[in-house]
Amino acid sequence: MPSFVIAEKCDGCKAQDKTACQYICPHDLMALDREKMKAYNQEPEQCWECYNCVKICPQQAIEVRGYADYIPLGGNVIPLRGTDSIMWTIKFRNGALKRFKFPIRTTPEGSIDPYKGLPEPDYSKIKQPGYFNYEAKKA
Amino acid sequence: MEKETCTFSYCARPEVVEHETDFLLVGGGMAACGAAFEAARWANPKKLRITMVDKAATDRSGAVAMGLSAINTYMGGNDIKDYVKYVRNDLMGIIREDLVFDLGRHVDNSVHLFEEWGLPVWKKGDDGFSLDGFQAKDAGKPLLKDVKDDAEREKVVVRSGKWQIMINGESYKVIVAEAAKKALEYNRQATGVEQNHFERVFITRLLLDANKPNTISGAIGFSVRENKVYIFKAKAILLVPGGCVNVFRPRSIGEGMGRTWFPVWNAGSGYAMGSQVGAELTLMENRFVPARFKDGYGPVGAWFLFFKAKATDSYGDDYCANQEYIADAKKKYGKYVDVMGTTIRNHFMMEAMLKGKGPILMRTHEAMAAIGQTFKEKLGEKEGAKKLKHLEAEAWEDFLDMTIGQAGMWAANNIEPDKVPSEIIPSEPYLLGSHAGCAGFWVSGPGDIAGAPAEWSWGYNRMSTVNGLFMAGDTVGASGHKFSSGSHAEGRIAGKSAIAYILDNAGFNPAFKEKVDDVVAEIYQPYEVYEKYKTYSTAPNVNPNYIKPDMFQKRLMKIADEYFGGVSTWFKTSKTMIEEGLKRLELLKEDSNRLAASNLHELLRCWENYHRTLTAEAHARHILFREESRYPGYYYRSDKDFIDDDNWKCFTNSKYDAATGKWEFKKVPYVQIYP
Repeated sequence: MPSFVIAEKCDGCKAQDKTACQYICPHDLMALDREKMKAYNQEPEQCWECYNCVKICPQQAIEVRGYADYIPLGGNVIPLRGTDSIMWTIKFRNGALKRFKFPIRTTPEGSIDPYKGLPEPDYSKIKQPGYFNYEAKKA
Repeated sequence: MEKETCTFSYCARPEVVEHETDFLLVGGGMAACGAAFEAARWANPKKLRITMVDKAATDRSGAVAMGLSAINTYMGGNDIKDYVKYVRNDLMGIIREDLVFDLGRHVDNSVHLFEEWGLPVWKKGDDGFSLDGFQAKDAGKPLLKDVKDDAEREKVVVRSGKWQIMINGESYKVIVAEAAKKALEYNRQATGVEQNHFERVFITRLLLDANKPNTISGAIGFSVRENKVYIFKAKAILLVPGGCVNVFRPRSIGEGMGRTWFPVWNAGSGYAMGSQVGAELTLMENRFVPARFKDGYGPVGAWFLFFKAKATDSYGDDYCANQEYIADAKKKYGKYVDVMGTTIRNHFMMEAMLKGKGPILMRTHEAMAAIGQTFKEKLGEKEGAKKLKHLEAEAWEDFLDMTIGQAGMWAANNIEPDKVPSEIIPSEPYLLGSHAGCAGFWVSGPGDIAGAPAEWSWGYNRMSTVNGLFMAGDTVGASGHKFSSGSHAEGRIAGKSAIAYILDNAGFNPAFKEKVDDVVAEIYQPYEVYEKYKTYSTAPNVNPNYIKPDMFQKRLMKIADEYFGGVSTWFKTSKTMIEEGLKRLELLKEDSNRLAASNLHELLRCWENYHRTLTAEAHARHILFREESRYPGYYYRSDKDFIDDDNWKCFTNSKYDAATGKWEFKKVPYVQIYP
């Protein structure tokens, strides 16, 4: 189910410091056509349909269409990812619609302070089981 | 064919950037993020530098990039010894119990941190029904870390199986990465380095030390965004680039080739790069063939365990209860059939298919109907219907959190799980050490587990047989069923241990054995080859002087599939078939000298597929060495279609000598530590 870019909506992330889809794709699939200033999926047969490009696109210019080698036409799955939850719209081939909303995180993005309230490491224990903040469970 | 070398006569020499660090993390997935978090805390007061190198963007890299709907390893109120037993049973009796126990006693802390950082974890409501992460928060349910003890925690989590807990995990990796990136930033501030997190840099090779034998000294790779080669000098390395996907020809070979079960970007880089520096591998014959919803690869775990759905053949019969299949399997695989682990269930599924009783169906509609009935009886018509609606959302979320394409697959086929069953099938083979497989490296154990042989702990926990080279997640062998939480937890164990190693070897000054210029040229060779020959033909992709990475991968997939037991032979192979396949693989390896890249993206693919090739060779040679069929349902040695505990209840370890190209194999006795 490779991602594709809707030509009319993509602005090549002109206003951003980097092309969002190109930045996020775990498999280096999204490329920017510098002449057209539009992004595209350069290797659709390597797409894992992780939807990270779809979720991150500031223009909502990216969608996914079913892998042509086995998925019938007509359905689609579209996310709208907010700061704390995600909305999904699923359209069936027969036109039926389903909508779901799920939580994605309980804290504001960027708010993690990983060592807050946790102890300093005790180097006398560096070769023993356990972490700097946690004693390993006993048998 | 004449051997090509890169002299930069045709392609431009890249800028070479040298970066010195103390602890290098190769990879950015769960294990690497765990290591960054743990190691930075130990490293900062000592001013030790940590550097993470990720080929993607860490927010969405690794196997958890899409998200997950469950955390599969959480001990809670369970006995860790039972965890060891479960892993042993599922992996056909041969695991490193010291490593698995060690994982079990640590893992819960990582899960508690995830929740504290913001991962929504389902909780049991007062009425016994499940609450999602928000509902739980609104209902005032405490975070797991704040619950009194493990027995109480066990009561509040929503278990889908004995070891699994349900989460709203769309942003699982984003959250874990945020903590890791902050930890790296604190380390950067403590040590005063300019940069210690490199994204879009792909490591191609590890480098050994010039002076200390069998000791790691660094790694080399290239930027996927600009013409730069990076050389990292390091006192210790954690090698965590994940498992290996698409080394076997997958069931879908068009666009759907990317829709693999495990992430398509896992290229076996860990197995390849570790073995190239001589780190000992173990159980590389092991593989995982996940039975998943056909084509879309949607997870079946929640359907089996949480919704209690049954899988049957097309006649409605439970293929795992078929007496004929059982009797036949017992003759070959003995007592292992009774345990009915994942391999044996796969075996029975294929028995049914081969006997003309396919397709295999997950009876989702019956499971939903049964649950609906229970809800109505318990709650009445109206409340029951409401709860059922919630349950339907949970079923879709299971896909949307982690395998979105399966939702698209159902939508395009007008499949509503509450109305019709769905087809499941054993997919193609995957090599990994973190999920339900145990391929990987032989590593030093924790050393404090009573009953573990002394020689299993030669120093630092999770260190490979190469000094300073540590493993975690998919690269630790003989210790599967760690999953996401366990990989994070193991990254932390390895990270802490690596810092101990660095502190003990404070005087070590890494120096490369190899000439750096040679390795830089090696990395860019596919560019050189392409530039040299590209004008010879009018269509650059068809040219007798080189091979492009996509065709190279297809050649590899064809060899692996047809000779090493892929889907086309129903996972069957034999001594003679493997030997023939290895001949073809040898020619493929020779042709890697003629890999051609027209841009940085293709250069990445060239190197990934080279790593896949080395991983495939290790896998095939291990299958050849183990003269039995230890993992029926995953692969069969048709010439040795039995389990032979007398001769083969042991680890199979191998060591590759890059200088001579020779492999050495040995058996290492299995030791049972826990009853």
